[in-house]
Amino acid sequence: MIPARFDYVAPTSVADALSALAEAGDDAKVMAGGQSLLPILRMRLNAPETVVDLGRIEELRGVRDEGDHVVIGAMTTYADVLASDLVRQHAGVLTDAIEEVADPQIRHRGTVGGALVHADPAGDVGAPVLALDAELVVTGPGGERTVPAAEFFRDLFETAVGEGELLTAIRIPKHTGWGSRYEKFVRVAHQWSIVAVAATVRVEGGAIAEARIGLTNMGSTPLRATAVEQALVGKAATEDAVREACAAAAEGTNPPSDLNGDADYRKHLATVLTRRAVLAAAGA
Amino acid sequence: MTRINVTVDGVGYEDEVEPRTLLVHYLRETLGKTGTVVGCDTSNCGACTVHLDGRSVKSCNVLAVQADGHEVTTIEGLAQDGELHPMQRAFHDCHALQCGYCTPGMIMQAIDVLNDNPHPSEEQIRVGLEGNLCRCTGYHNIVKAVQQAADEGSTAGASAGATAGGAQ
Amino acid sequence: MTAVEDRPKTEIGAARKRKEDQRLITGRTKWTDNIQLPGMRHLAMVRSPFAHATITGIDTSAAKSSPGVLAVLTGEDVKDIQGGMANAWPITEDQKAPVHPAIAVDHVAFAGEIVAVVVARSAAAARDAAELVDVDYDELPPVLDLKEAAKDAVLAHPSLGTNKSAFWQFDSAGAGTGGPVDEAIEKARADGIVIEREYRQQRLIPAFMEPRSVVCDPTGEQLTIWTATQVPHFVRIFTALVLGIPESKIRVIAPDVGGGFGGKLQHTPEEVIAVLAARHTGKPVKYTETRSESLLSGHHGRDQWQKLTLAATKDGTVTGLKVDLLADMGAYLGLVTSGIPVLGAFMFNAIYKFPAYQFNCTNLFTNKTWTDAYRGAGRPEATYAIERLMDELAAEVGVDPLEIREKNWIKHEEFPFTTVAGMTYDSGNYEAATARARELFDYDGLRREQQERRDRKDPVQLGLGVSTFTEMCGLAPSRVLGALRYAAGGWEHATVRMLPTGKVEVVTGTSPHGQGHETVWSQIIADKLGVPFEDVEVLHGDTQIANRGLDTYGSRSLVVGGQALVMAADRVIEKAKPHAAHLLEASVDDIEFSGGQFKVKGTDKGKAMAEVVWAAFSSHDLPEGLEPTLDADATYDPVDFSFPHGTHLCAMEVDTETGQVSMRKYVCVDDIGNIMNPLIVEGQVHGGLVQGIAQALWEEAVYDDQGTLVSGSFVDYTLPTAADTISFVTDNTVSPSTTNDLGAKGVGEAGCIASTPAVVNAVVDALRPMGINDIQMPCTPERVWKAIRSAGSDQADATTGDAQPHFDAGAPNQAPPDPSSSASAEGADQ
Repeated sequence: MIPARFDYVAPTSVADALSALAEAGDDAKVMAGGQSLLPILRMRLNAPETVVDLGRIEELRGVRDEGDHVVIGAMTTYADVLASDLVRQHAGVLTDAIEEVADPQIRHRGTVGGALVHADPAGDVGAPVLALDAELVVTGPGGERTVPAAEFFRDLFETAVGEGELLTAIRIPKHTGWGSRYEKFVRVAHQWSIVAVAATVRVEGGAIAEARIGLTNMGSTPLRATAVEQALVGKAATEDAVREACAAAAEGTNPPSDLNGDADYRKHLATVLTRRAVLAAAGA
Repeated sequence: MTRINVTVDGVGYEDEVEPRTLLVHYLRETLGKTGTVVGCDTSNCGACTVHLDGRSVKSCNVLAVQADGHEVTTIEGLAQDGELHPMQRAFHDCHALQCGYCTPGMIMQAIDVLNDNPHPSEEQIRVGLEGNLCRCTGYHNIVKAVQQAADEGSTAGASAGATAGGAQ
Repeated sequence: MTAVEDRPKTEIGAARKRKEDQRLITGRTKWTDNIQLPGMRHLAMVRSPFAHATITGIDTSAAKSSPGVLAVLTGEDVKDIQGGMANAWPITEDQKAPVHPAIAVDHVAFAGEIVAVVVARSAAAARDAAELVDVDYDELPPVLDLKEAAKDAVLAHPSLGTNKSAFWQFDSAGAGTGGPVDEAIEKARADGIVIEREYRQQRLIPAFMEPRSVVCDPTGEQLTIWTATQVPHFVRIFTALVLGIPESKIRVIAPDVGGGFGGKLQHTPEEVIAVLAARHTGKPVKYTETRSESLLSGHHGRDQWQKLTLAATKDGTVTGLKVDLLADMGAYLGLVTSGIPVLGAFMFNAIYKFPAYQFNCTNLFTNKTWTDAYRGAGRPEATYAIERLMDELAAEVGVDPLEIREKNWIKHEEFPFTTVAGMTYDSGNYEAATARARELFDYDGLRREQQERRDRKDPVQLGLGVSTFTEMCGLAPSRVLGALRYAAGGWEHATVRMLPTGKVEVVTGTSPHGQGHETVWSQIIADKLGVPFEDVEVLHGDTQIANRGLDTYGSRSLVVGGQALVMAADRVIEKAKPHAAHLLEASVDDIEFSGGQFKVKGTDKGKAMAEVVWAAFSSHDLPEGLEPTLDADATYDPVDFSFPHGTHLCAMEVDTETGQVSMRKYVCVDDIGNIMNPLIVEGQVHGGLVQGIAQALWEEAVYDDQGTLVSGSFVDYTLPTAADTISFVTDNTVSPSTTNDLGAKGVGEAGCIASTPAVVNAVVDALRPMGINDIQMPCTPERVWKAIRSAGSDQADATTGDAQPHFDAGAPNQAPPDPSSSASAEGADQ
């Protein structure tokens, strides 16, 4: 319950944070909202020499409108994203997913950027970010680069953010007018997702014109169900049509087996939840 | 050691702390604010919930150094001039506590729920308390207490949810 | 506080808000972990990561040189002074048990067992140093599965030579309380119905919210121990016995205690180690466990396999019940570990008139955390088994589950009724409770809805579950405990002190930890002595104040401790009468007491209690032979148990696509005898319900095949939240107990005992048309879905076979759930 000793730095700018990281070297750990990191430190599952706390960098907070994109500062808390009409309106599935993250106290502290870099496959923000074709802005000593969400998640707890780099922003193309739903399956409310499905669809004249599906906890990273997305195009937003299109939702996934269910069960859940999410997103 | 300035329950404190000190340990051991308690080590139980600048947080999941320059309200800072906070009274009226160990965190979170939404449905109350575990009450009377506090808040026109921390 | 006009006519029965609340809602609490003493040192435990191993060496040098460390103690260091932890309930003469050292010396038998303790200036320094203790282990094969343990192929304690601790039997033919069960079964096989099932009582963790904490102060003449316990008196006695310290030199205090549920009915290695460390350093020490340590090393509960054979006639009249239990002790015998399954022996026949009954229980060791009391202790297991079986019988006969129960239960006019297990039920009315529950539940309406959903093949099916339970409360008549080889008695003590200023101090030997004794004891005394509720102060939990007592568990406080209180209050009145007679210049025989007044019969002359108390205090004018005090005490040994009962009805919705189950409605009508405080009674029922529901749906302590506790944090030991539960409908019928003056029966465990089978019966009821007759607890969505998927084929996920005989040797074992867990180490979500 008491972390091992560490040195603590709380820079107030991205530039200072990058220097602090460079200075601290290998044994530094970046702390965003700290809601996943602190439990790990308390249990002494990790004992960094230095913790670089991004909590005082104001430039990393907030949601802004950039024309075709909504841009979320990496240190924007879940609570602040939930309060953002901009996100709700143009990236509704992210709002839906964040409403399901942990509990209110955690949402007051935890950040979208922190969750993405932590990259827990059972975390709830990866799938919607993937489904929305977001771009992740990564800043390092050499400047800024942009990584498409599809290339961001590398493996279990591993992302495209390299050593000495920071995720600074999430750029989401506006999906204005798209319906959305995050279907999260848990046994008790405060659990991580056993499986969850992020769906956002655009309906035109009673048929699905476009669909984007992200899967949570169906493998070592969040996954995109592209086959289902394609199968849904042009389908009537009806139970039967959507059921058929979603039957392959778990194809190619490699979900874990644990106390909450084995891989087969998760695959089954993924198909059911995908259908339900798509139907709800389509307003059916 | 790092120097911090924190206002807790309306009193300013200046202390040297180890960076690894959790806010809950700072409150309990340095300041003697033992009303806030520790119930788990994974931030699931919510027993340690306090308000940081008016929003509920789990004080086991915040470092004391992160609270530097901020304002903390604990269960001990709710009653004003001997007058219980409406949520405290509602917990007493509705028998919303038994052993009382989860109660400080539960009350602090319940206040946050009403700060967010002064007129929640039963479902919204239950979801709003999902980060707080209670082993005694089965939650039935806790939900009733939050409903009572919400009803009182609306009938009296008073801000049943306001805390010393204030701002949202 | 309360205006006079608000005062209820009688305090007993009034919904008094609790006295205890003020400090708890404002944070002015005295939890053990709050205690700071001058010079206090802190402890950190080093625990075995292995389930079974030999300790080949411990290097403490790095830890000892860590900053702020005063001492590091290993088992080797203290082996001559630490004694062995005690088992107070050797259920048979030849019960086998391993020596249980507080700090393991050369052998560890479960993961989490303490191998060393660090004493340091701060908790952080102690933890830092504990990480530096280097222990070498030689791993031994662990035995984890209960049925494997029964084979004695791998031994939990090789030195014991067997995993079998004891075998205990109750046989109605032998006891003369009924016929021979095997004959009943044989007859039923020929021309009746035989239901054979095997149910699993999964391992549970009490998970009280306040982690255990102990402070030991060795300075001063007495050793003072503050501890988060349900049983301060036990801790005192066993500290004396285990460590050889004179009992008179030990003071134990249970300050505010944050829940127990049986989990704090223990004398723990941590308590012994705190004493050893305090005496070693000469300084006060504190140890507070983390939640992970609590889940790992605080005792667990339940963990049984139950083989059951129910014999009945074709019309569903039960003719016999045979019970064969395997009970998992875990690695050691705690305070009452071995007796827990035996407590169920008297309850399998429940509210029914069974003519023949046999209970066989085999207690086995495994390399897991030891088990012991958990809310209900033995009785939930029994109730689950019989209430599940009665549903199975109803299905077999083809009648409604309520009908089969009515056919077999004891009718209200048949009380008092001596059961086949030899218990005499004093009072009850199963018909009344059931009728009321049925009405509140809209049983017929929900049955109609169930049929509609079945007819239209709704993917969400509805199931109705019944549980008509009884339990034995008020532990316990000492003669019965003696007959069961329990080391102590079951009496309780109370003292009433009449203070000169008119206030009253009540001292109780019970030790509340959330129940509300301070409120209810005040209500009782207010009525008995005619003093205001507010003027009564209830003292407890400090062995120097409450010097006699047997503490709080087994729904005993009110029915045993409350009766002691009533007797002490009566003695105060009897003692006061001659004083009052003297003051009133009347004969003692003419003095009557009511409403706080001593009156001379037939006159309006009287003296208030407070005046009599003051006169006794000042004692300026006492007649010869009168003591200058009205204080009185009483120790009460119950004449019998009490038998609360109730009818619980539960409606569950089952999403047949995902296996997700959700509660639609829950109604319970409990008969707990006379009710002292309805507010507190409701609270006890609500909390008990959720614990019982949690066993049915959510909770399980799971070990992997190495013996590591996988559900070792609140991430994986899934307690329900407010968002997972519903509001309940509760009501009461009242059949006063005849075994105590209050007419009370006890309510602490009722909800927890009754609800588990009600929920599982409802889940199974929803799925029975698919051919499903069992889902193993907890009924996780995965298990439900798999049962549905395999329905009609091999029933692989049920704990049972079918209704055919299966009691052959080597019956198929149930594979344990897959133990690997993905995100358990990652703490809370971001």
